[in-house]
Amino acid sequence: MTDTNRNHDNDGAEGPDRVIGTPSSAAGSRVIADNPQGDASQEGAYSPEETHTRPEELQRKGERTAAMWFTLAFLGGVGFLVSYFLFPPDAEGHPSIASPLIGQWSNMLMGGTLALSLFGIAAGMTVWARQIMPHYEVANDYDELPSPPEEKSSFSDFFMRGADESGFTKRPLMRRTLLLAMAPLGLAPIVLLRDTGPLPRDTLRHTLWEPGMHMVVEGAARHGEEGWIHEDDLTPGGMISALPYVEPDAEHPHGLSLNDQAQTVILLIKMHEREFSEEMTREQRNWTHNGIVAYSKICTHVGCPAALYESESHRILCPCHQSTFDATNGAKVVFGPANRPLPMLPITVDEEGYLVADGDFSEPVGPTFWDAQRGK
Amino acid sequence: MTRTTQAPKALRNAGNYIDDRFHLAKTGKKQLGKVFPNHWSFMLGEIALYSFIILLVTGVFLTLWFKPSMAEIVYDGAYEPMQGVTMSEAYASTLYINFEVRGGMLIRQIHHWAALIFLAAMLIHMLRVFFTGAFRKPREINWLIGIALFALAMVEGLFGYSLPDDLPSGMGVRILQGVMMALPIVGPYASMFLFGGAFPGEDIIPRLYMLHILLIPGILLALVGAHILILWHQKHTQYPGKGHTEKRVVGTPMLPAFAVKGGAFFFFVFAVITALSGFVQINPIHLFGPFTPTSITSGLQPDWYMGFMEGSLRIFPNWFDIDVAGYSIPTAVLVPGLVVPGLVFGAMALWPFVEAWISGDRRHHNVADRPRNAPVRTGMGVAGITFYGLLWMAGSNDILSETFSISLYATTWFFRITVIVGPIIGFIIAKRACLGLQRRDREQLEHGYESGTIQQLPSGEFIEVHKESSEDVVHVLESKEPVSRIDVRALDENGVEAPSSRGLMGRLRLRLAEWYTRDNVSFEGVEPHTGHHLRHGAHGEDNLSPQDREEAATT
Repeated sequence: MTDTNRNHDNDGAEGPDRVIGTPSSAAGSRVIADNPQGDASQEGAYSPEETHTRPEELQRKGERTAAMWFTLAFLGGVGFLVSYFLFPPDAEGHPSIASPLIGQWSNMLMGGTLALSLFGIAAGMTVWARQIMPHYEVANDYDELPSPPEEKSSFSDFFMRGADESGFTKRPLMRRTLLLAMAPLGLAPIVLLRDTGPLPRDTLRHTLWEPGMHMVVEGAARHGEEGWIHEDDLTPGGMISALPYVEPDAEHPHGLSLNDQAQTVILLIKMHEREFSEEMTREQRNWTHNGIVAYSKICTHVGCPAALYESESHRILCPCHQSTFDATNGAKVVFGPANRPLPMLPITVDEEGYLVADGDFSEPVGPTFWDAQRGK
Repeated sequence: MTRTTQAPKALRNAGNYIDDRFHLAKTGKKQLGKVFPNHWSFMLGEIALYSFIILLVTGVFLTLWFKPSMAEIVYDGAYEPMQGVTMSEAYASTLYINFEVRGGMLIRQIHHWAALIFLAAMLIHMLRVFFTGAFRKPREINWLIGIALFALAMVEGLFGYSLPDDLPSGMGVRILQGVMMALPIVGPYASMFLFGGAFPGEDIIPRLYMLHILLIPGILLALVGAHILILWHQKHTQYPGKGHTEKRVVGTPMLPAFAVKGGAFFFFVFAVITALSGFVQINPIHLFGPFTPTSITSGLQPDWYMGFMEGSLRIFPNWFDIDVAGYSIPTAVLVPGLVVPGLVFGAMALWPFVEAWISGDRRHHNVADRPRNAPVRTGMGVAGITFYGLLWMAGSNDILSETFSISLYATTWFFRITVIVGPIIGFIIAKRACLGLQRRDREQLEHGYESGTIQQLPSGEFIEVHKESSEDVVHVLESKEPVSRIDVRALDENGVEAPSSRGLMGRLRLRLAEWYTRDNVSFEGVEPHTGHHLRHGAHGEDNLSPQDREEAATT
């Protein structure tokens, strides 16, 4: 047995000659521990029946092939290092890869050489395993997984005795107060999460829009009055994606915060008033101006901008999940998964004909939540 | 063979040093001799493991430059097309990695490709385990760990591709927020807490970053470790074959062969991912532009593993949205967002226990089932693939509709119908195919294989000569376990129902057990190579073996 041989070595465990995991010269045949008969002739790591040695000729060929692959991998690796240094920043420190074309070349060269290097190592190792190493068909026994009944019952005896002796089972007062002591600690991490954000309160119901606010084209630079949208900027069939005009301030030098943009963005759509659906309520008609309607651009499904508008059918389509809204009829849902119409923004014009809001949205904007339509 | 090489002194000393402290010689020998069965399908899990390693390494590199901040800045970096554009620091730092860090683009692309391949490999690995019954006792816990790994990796991937804060990924976060908002009562609170206020706020990227680089990878790493330790302890399953039994596993030992093969395979996986990253562009965020909540492009697609969720969000109609006393319950969001993944993952997690309960099988299984020999399971698997696959395709219904010039609404309707009908058809076809294959197996076991040689008999009849199958093939064919027929009307000798079949659950179990086994083809009494084809010539009109006749009579 292995152990016997090892024990022999273990006698001099402190000495320098002890061999671990490799046979000592004295016990070169110790490897197949379970097969004492095979010991004398056995020199492989596994028994001869389990080891199908490759012919010497194949092994020699394999060595050459593997060496070729490894050499190729070496060249690939060197190529990778070279291609790193091929694209240095210029004298002013401006990176040459910032030009997309050069960046692409750099990416392809570095990726290509690295892939070549990795592939070479992989191929060489495969040749090594398949042409030089023996083919193994080694058998291992599966462990018998359930422990024998006597071991199980002895364990459970031991465990219960230990538990009894500890008093955990016999001292209910102690046990229960300990569990009681743990309970608030278990809640502590959840309580600590409370300050990750404010409560919703009424913030989901109100946006920045208020009567008299002017509008600017979303995405355009917003500088003063010349950016305001005039009612004549829209012709029937036209659509503009718009935001409220806010004087730039220190906090938002480029206009609105993303949060405000997400809540206030609207679609301004103009059509002939006769095209409005009969189902539109008087209130909804009052919110329009001269055939111009304003709907929240944020889909009531899960919040993508419903940015596609087909002017012939007057349908607004959200490109994410294809909720479709009828612009002639208060943005009623006509197809897809959205829950409720896009909220409408009441609009009118100021004395110079610039479009202004006439209040806030008719309903909470964005994805529908449980009490979004409370009180309706 | 040559004599064993003496271990080099340095190695011996190191070995001694370690063994003196850990007593590892015996264990080491046993573990290095661990056997890995030879079959290509065992490499699927390896691909997943290796791509996970690649993800960890490349991910560390990316953190060196990435800034998880939503502070708005005006870009003045090296990439000219974006100069002067307002964007978050997260997006700007990703541009920096792309265009100012040499090899940065490559590492980003490797990281992204590896993530796609990680999840794909896991999914196919899971299918292998499912169809071969490798989840059966004693490996149910590892199956559950695997499902947890897949689900977590999906979330990890979603958070990861959201970090650059480009337009499409930001829209993914928006959809996540929209789905959260739909949760009854808790929705708005959960959303406000996660985002630190209204959408998008300034906190979500740093928080996703923490989850993506610390919490979830930590859990993934622990679960991967547990998965492999359990596998190592219980040993692999193996396919039926000569010498492969429930008690012995046959294959390639770790030392020396599997170590080299596995190493080679790691480098292959790495090489393929690197080649893809070098030559196939993925997620070019510099072309998408920074996220704004007000803009969008059409044809948006999530990474593939989120596709089935996206698909179910697209095709589930709003017909079941209800208002309870003025409060909305948007089922068109809740069902796709919660019920569909719950169904997919829940069904997978429960299946081993449902199957064991139906079949009453409490034995250990180490030899894998051939999928055909478990027709109901295979049918359920195919139904699951069909369901998942159709939802996944529905996730690109706009692309399909544009590519094939079909009306968008028609594609939506197509998926609404097929996602229900498809799995049923898939189940029936797969089960029938399994049963057909079983009959062919029995035929081959009895009669040998068709040699392709045509012979004319003295009577003038043409026959195809059948030859005896190899010993290996016979082993494989004979691996089919006897079918336990269950009679739902069975009474014991006193005319009383067995206790296990009483009550509602007992009856249900019996019915299911009958359904599970009733048309399985029995191999009982079939001796290899006893069929008439091998002793051909005698009875031309007798085309049915006795078993076939019996089968024909009972069906």
